[in-house]
Amino acid sequence: MNPAFSVVIFTTIAGTAQGLVVTLALAMLAGLQIQAGFVGAALILAEAMLLIGLGASFAHLGRPERAWRAVLMWRTSWLSREVIVLPAFIGVVALWWLALRMGVTTPLLPFAVIVVAAALWYCTAMIYACLRFIQEWAQPLTLVNFVLIGLSSGLMLASALAAFAGEGALLRVAGPCALVATLMAWATRMLALRHNAKLKHKSTLQSATGINSPNLVQKSMGMSAGSFNTREFFHGRTLALLKQVKLGFIVLCFALPAFFALLALGGLAKEGATMPWALAVLCQVPGLVAERWFFFAQAKHPQNLYYQVVS
Amino acid sequence: MIQWLKDLMQSNLSGDAPARTKPSTPPPSARALPGETLAKQLALVIDLNVCVGCHACVTSCKQWNTSGSAGPLADEKPYGADPTGTFFNRVQTYEAGIFPGTETIHFPKSCLHCEDPPCVPVCPTGASYKRKEDGIVLVDYDKCIGCKYCAWACPYGARELDEERQVMTKCTLCVDRIYDEKLPKEDRKPACVKACPTGARLFGDVKDPESEVSKAIRERGGYALMPEWETQPANQYLPRRKTDVVGGNS
Repeated sequence: MNPAFSVVIFTTIAGTAQGLVVTLALAMLAGLQIQAGFVGAALILAEAMLLIGLGASFAHLGRPERAWRAVLMWRTSWLSREVIVLPAFIGVVALWWLALRMGVTTPLLPFAVIVVAAALWYCTAMIYACLRFIQEWAQPLTLVNFVLIGLSSGLMLASALAAFAGEGALLRVAGPCALVATLMAWATRMLALRHNAKLKHKSTLQSATGINSPNLVQKSMGMSAGSFNTREFFHGRTLALLKQVKLGFIVLCFALPAFFALLALGGLAKEGATMPWALAVLCQVPGLVAERWFFFAQAKHPQNLYYQVVS
Repeated sequence: MIQWLKDLMQSNLSGDAPARTKPSTPPPSARALPGETLAKQLALVIDLNVCVGCHACVTSCKQWNTSGSAGPLADEKPYGADPTGTFFNRVQTYEAGIFPGTETIHFPKSCLHCEDPPCVPVCPTGASYKRKEDGIVLVDYDKCIGCKYCAWACPYGARELDEERQVMTKCTLCVDRIYDEKLPKEDRKPACVKACPTGARLFGDVKDPESEVSKAIRERGGYALMPEWETQPANQYLPRRKTDVVGGNS
């Protein structure tokens, strides 16, 4: 597939915001000593990220003025379900922020926030995992990775914010969790990469055309200068670049953030130091984008079998 | 009344209570429910023995549909170095065998109007649908938001986004032509079928065992593309008969 940056930005930024909100909600439910002002500010940051994500998802549409129609087919379409759950998540986070601001403390709202965040991860991942013939996506690890990468980046961001704001209680819990989530996300993403490397595509040129000759080649795709089919489903990059992006996201999204988190937690930096956490987040941002870009670029759509040779 | 409110109410009604619509008087474009078996399924059957790769079906399709209810189908930079445009039908060319024992196969490809179309349930707006009365898979261009998800969900690459209108387009089986009573009866066929000089394209109801297409599929081993995804394409292809040149089942 040709990665659409609108979708890459949306899924990464919303995933991180979900992770951040879930971290705060769990911390509140666990009864950690956190200043209400810090939680409020972090929630505003999460809301801003979600709104940027929402904006990016609009940018993906050819006719954004009709976007409201996308709520109609929630019975059959994961995309439609996501379109419903995303504003619901923004709404419930806003409600929680308002409740905190008004001094209302109820376990109901943080609990609701966690449930809706989980639903949003599920919908977002299922959009890709439900397409059975895109075999790189149609596997349970797609869901696992969307959740774990969201948690990893959200926990890293929460730890960095806690370090900067001097929220020791939160940092002491979120920090180790960020390290564990990042290592777990690293492991499952590697499993997905291994799954994709071993993948045998069910569709072949023979099954696509029904011509049962072992020596079958396309001589012409039927047009000379490209079409929607050649633009939307081919990333047009070299294999070497793809390899570099893969290495890049393993280092930037998982290895370096985990290293910096270890540095911060292992006592090499002094407790509450902001630098390692800031570096972890700064590394992870381009890493997340690279990871999601690769997720799209690696997916081989069976329609590509029909568009191999110009003439 | 406000159109969007009407749509919202209609979709709610049709969604939760399909029993309310009387089967005796189906509305003009009732939607087939997922997994529903239809009594009628219009389709094309393409004879790979006689297609000569002239692209007459491509140009006639473009001409009819850019001028009809599906159009206009945009062309960008038609006289530039890299022209591109929206087409519902393409003719591709394949070569089977090893030189000198090779065979050239011209292979027209358009929407296969699957009986279980994967592009329909994924559509978030309901713009993409399968007609109950004849099984044609269509896009309502006024409801499409151009999210391209249906194109991702089609393994055949049958859908093309119109870059100018930013809505998804696809073969309509010339739905604005085959039922047009102002046309002479022999012209009520898809434009591609009418244009084909060798008669490589047959058109009819594949659910009627006595139709020309059903007989052709039955008697000449008609097959579906990418059967591994169980989309049950309605369009089928008639395989090349065995020839001495390749000596195989090509």
